[in-house]
Amino acid sequence: MIELDNVAYSYGGGELLSGISFAMQPGSFHFLTGPSGSGKTTFLKLCYGALVPTSGHVRLFDRDVRTMSRDDVAMTRRRIGVVHQDVQFLDHLPVADNVALPLTVSGRAHLDELANLRELLGWVGLKARADALPPELSGGERQRAALARAVIMSPDVILADEPTGNVDWEMSQRLLKLLVELNRMGKTVMIASHDLGLIRAAKTQVQARVLRIANRQLHLAGADL
Amino acid sequence: MRRALSEISALLVGDPQADRLVPPTGFTARLTLLTSAIMAFLAVFALALSLAAGRLAERWGEELSRSATLRISAPVEQMAEQTAAALRVLETTAGVASARALSEDEQRALLEPWFGPDIPVETLPIPQLIEVIEGDPGYDADGLRLRLQAEVPGAVLDDHTRWRRPLIEAASRLLAFGWLSIGLIFTAMAAMITLAANAALAANAQVIAVLRLVGARDSYIAAAFERRFTLRALSGAAIGMVAGLVAVWFLPEAQEAGGFLTGLGFAGAGWLWPLIIPPLAAGVGFAATRNAARKTLRGLS
Repeated sequence: MIELDNVAYSYGGGELLSGISFAMQPGSFHFLTGPSGSGKTTFLKLCYGALVPTSGHVRLFDRDVRTMSRDDVAMTRRRIGVVHQDVQFLDHLPVADNVALPLTVSGRAHLDELANLRELLGWVGLKARADALPPELSGGERQRAALARAVIMSPDVILADEPTGNVDWEMSQRLLKLLVELNRMGKTVMIASHDLGLIRAAKTQVQARVLRIANRQLHLAGADL
Repeated sequence: MRRALSEISALLVGDPQADRLVPPTGFTARLTLLTSAIMAFLAVFALALSLAAGRLAERWGEELSRSATLRISAPVEQMAEQTAAALRVLETTAGVASARALSEDEQRALLEPWFGPDIPVETLPIPQLIEVIEGDPGYDADGLRLRLQAEVPGAVLDDHTRWRRPLIEAASRLLAFGWLSIGLIFTAMAAMITLAANAALAANAQVIAVLRLVGARDSYIAAAFERRFTLRALSGAAIGMVAGLVAVWFLPEAQEAGGFLTGLGFAGAGWLWPLIIPPLAAGVGFAATRNAARKTLRGLS
């Protein structure tokens, strides 16, 4: 579904990633780790078409990113849910509308979908906060709202960039549990995180593979983690 | 064409949900509205000026009606002979459609306002007038003068074109000037709306990034902005147009003595012309916003 073939990416002068080949298997659960600034976010951006590789090929659902129009990228994003560490919302709309945003922009905001919305808000524990505005949410609530927004279109893949970066341990466990549940429902999940505790905790719940970015390369980390 | 129409209708009907996605911005909205109104107000005057100048040029052009007068001053005994000679010259001049000596009654009628009805024209040494109607193409006035000088020494060709032509030229210039002003007004409006749209796009960078992230197409994002600015330009221009029409309505009526200045305004169906200003403004607003939005969106990942 997401394939990187000998991909390199450079910002300005310096090369950030090079010679990266990776194929995401449907239903897999990946952690992406590495020191700050090693290129985790760049890697994820390559995976949802926000960046085009400097060299090599990125294929999203069997289509090369270079040959995709802006509309194609938009359509692909409906199949890839993204959660950022510093998640952004439309601050003037309540949480429920923000979570339903992917439905709205794809013209699918019908009544039966809105029933799903309530269920989804219940699942992430935000039913009571449905009418709150995003700036009124706590860090953990924002992350859960972002997760709900990322999965409302029932995407094939969920990419999460440091989803637990701004929340306490308990909340990170809760988010992890939600992501593991999604994986059990058949979604492919990739979480970029440098929180080794979180990765260890995940390994007790799901068969997760750990990828590590070091020295511009992507390595499959050993089982010692 | 059909696509454009359906786009316009979709734009007017709108998508209430898409409309909510971009937060309302009171200040920019009011400024856009105000500027559109001012521009439309000015456009009404420029239009009034153009139409008035057009009417003026046409009226003067008609009055000219390609006519000239030949005046023959000669001793009484030579008058008939010279008149006949002048008529002969005129008849053989290329470009003269017809030439006719005015009768005594006609000449008396011309003099009546000055001398009263009872003057014995035939006893006065007044010049004989010949009315010359120019053909198409016209005659060469200078050549005709030379020939007349040789054959009819007492004849003076009074060519109306000589003094009317510069006036008509001025009126046509004024007409072109009016249309140019309208063009400039709408260009300024396009520039202003582009600036306002760019400001709105920059202010809503986060909104755009979020929409893009959740899979909104560029056209969907752009439409939210296009609709706003189009409606603002439309309603602002409508207000300005009505204000402009009211102002023109209260201009003094055209009077014979006033000449050009008091003739400024609309006549008859001319009053319908300003109605195109609001749709035109809406079109300008739409195009300017679409351009600005597409340009901004292309720069985003």
